[in-house]
Amino acid sequence: MQTIDLNTTTLRELNSRLQTENAGASWQVANPNGRHALAVGLTQPIEVTIEGHAGYYAAGMNQQASVVINGNAGQGVAENMMSGRVHVKGNASSSAGATAHGGLLVIEGDAGARCGISMKGVDIVVRGSIGHMSAFMAQSGNLVVCGDAGEALGDSLYETRIFVRGKVRGLGADCEEKDMTPEDRAIVTSLLEKAGVTDCKAEDFRLYGSARTLYHFNVDNASAY
Amino acid sequence: MTEKHHDYTKTTPRFSATFDPFTVSQIQRAAATGIYDIRGGGTKRKLPHFDDLLFLGASMSRYPLEGYRERCGTDVVLGTRFAKKPIHLKTPVTIAGMSFGALSAQAKEALGRGASAVGTSTTTGDGGMTPEERGHSSTLIYQYLPSRYGMNPDDLRKADAIEIVVGQGAKPGGGGMLLGQKISPRVAQMRDLPEGIDQRSACRHPDWTGPDDLEIKIEELREITNWEKPIYVKVGASRPYYDVSLAVKSGADVVVLDGMQGGTAATQEVFIEHVGLPILAAIRPAVQALQDLGLHRKVQLIVSGGIRTGADVAKALALGADAVAIGTAALVALGDQSPDLAEEYAKLGTVPGAYDDWQDGRDPAGITTQDPTLSARLDPILGGRRLANYLSVLTMEAQTIARACGKSHLHNLEPEDLVALTIEAAAMTRLPLAGTDWYPGKAGF
Repeated sequence: MQTIDLNTTTLRELNSRLQTENAGASWQVANPNGRHALAVGLTQPIEVTIEGHAGYYAAGMNQQASVVINGNAGQGVAENMMSGRVHVKGNASSSAGATAHGGLLVIEGDAGARCGISMKGVDIVVRGSIGHMSAFMAQSGNLVVCGDAGEALGDSLYETRIFVRGKVRGLGADCEEKDMTPEDRAIVTSLLEKAGVTDCKAEDFRLYGSARTLYHFNVDNASAY
Repeated sequence: MTEKHHDYTKTTPRFSATFDPFTVSQIQRAAATGIYDIRGGGTKRKLPHFDDLLFLGASMSRYPLEGYRERCGTDVVLGTRFAKKPIHLKTPVTIAGMSFGALSAQAKEALGRGASAVGTSTTTGDGGMTPEERGHSSTLIYQYLPSRYGMNPDDLRKADAIEIVVGQGAKPGGGGMLLGQKISPRVAQMRDLPEGIDQRSACRHPDWTGPDDLEIKIEELREITNWEKPIYVKVGASRPYYDVSLAVKSGADVVVLDGMQGGTAATQEVFIEHVGLPILAAIRPAVQALQDLGLHRKVQLIVSGGIRTGADVAKALALGADAVAIGTAALVALGDQSPDLAEEYAKLGTVPGAYDDWQDGRDPAGITTQDPTLSARLDPILGGRRLANYLSVLTMEAQTIARACGKSHLHNLEPEDLVALTIEAAAMTRLPLAGTDWYPGKAGF
């Protein structure tokens, strides 16, 4: 375990050290103090623990690395993640997991607005609730929410599956509830297990997906565009 | 033999200037279909443009340079503000962002070949970077768009510069559009979308909302790419003074300003024709913003939208731009609008020079299509050569004008070399009306 103290190290040095090809296996980042762009652009299967709150875009564009944030995360945590794992022990601000293509994002607390916006294959598990406009234009992957979802969930959704255990304040354009199949339940069970969530059961979730009515322009849908 | 007399009791048929034949056909089309008209390209209306400016040339008070003998530099360095590896181009004419998806893979390859042959850059578009365009572009700018289709950190690191797209001139405030006909299996796979659907890409970035956020986003991009790559910020011309100021505040190395003549792959006709500024009106406020910040020529300005000739290039630079970008003209150089295709254009209900159904994917020139048979018509090597020829002509034409104005480098062109032919153009460009010392709009009148 190597420790980098951000009270005495610059952001540039932190990221350069974590981005090198033969970075050590395990890193601890002390005194992050809400600094933006922490542990971004990582490419190696290393473990990084941020001991405190992170600012915007923590673990942005992650590839292979496993990043734990022992605190809250600012806007766009794990944005455009390709692979690996990002685990936020506290809450996450808006646009968590935005446009992410792969990997697993776990948020133990709540996530703000636009959680999973334009997600492209990532799996996101939120133990708490998510804010409005979450999964806006979400393309693929799975969003599992153990708490509630805010307004306009899944607006203009493509093929992402959204699983919500609590209440949904409202669905966005072209998002509808769908029947859960055994395969869907297996996805939820597997993701809860990977995320370390032990107090929720797949049977308690409902599935939301695209009604696919906006896939082609249609004058009768004009008010929805 | 009976003589036929004109019927003087009736006037000749008269078309309305307001409800002209094209407008009438628009109403009829809307009534028949119930959906707005979508097309490609930029605005088609007549606007104040570079044609409304003239160079004065050298004479008694200024000393010209010899046409073919004396040196007139054309190179430009972009990204000198923060990037460790600025871009050095041989000509200030660059290729604007156009996506694989909107264009065929062959067209993207041809753009890369043509640009590389003359030492300039080409740019990706919505949909990501293809190996073909990276392979054939010596300098490739990677667009970072709201949709983030195909956005991949590996490609980001392969790019020579990153262009954060806030907007484009054809549709400031609008997102992308790619109709189902063009969502081929490869395009769908790159964008992670179902095949054949009408795809609309977002108009706002998913993880930042204003200049304060953008500043942090730019820091993230620099951290991921070792502060090597120039970061461009592209805006459509709408409020150029403020947009350029805010782009600079956010940390841009280069600002790209696209006027409403700039093309798009597909958008509503009403959007193309009624939103945004012509590029002529946008350059001086943009340059003013850079001057007020003390960063003119330090943060470089690339302008685009209706650049056709070396005269346009020279005028844009004289007004204060560092470089220009071409899109529509580059497609014409590849073979778009060719008279050889007149018969096929006729089948599509149009004529060479007016073809604008780029959204349809049936381009007989094989450029704005994903149809394998049509796209195979474009030979990337030949297309690349035509583009290289055209880029060389633009550069030489601009040099011709610069030498006549006594300039040993295109960047030495200045507003004092220009006059305006119309009051409107004079007011927009802060130049005097030709033959007068009147600067319309200055000093309150």
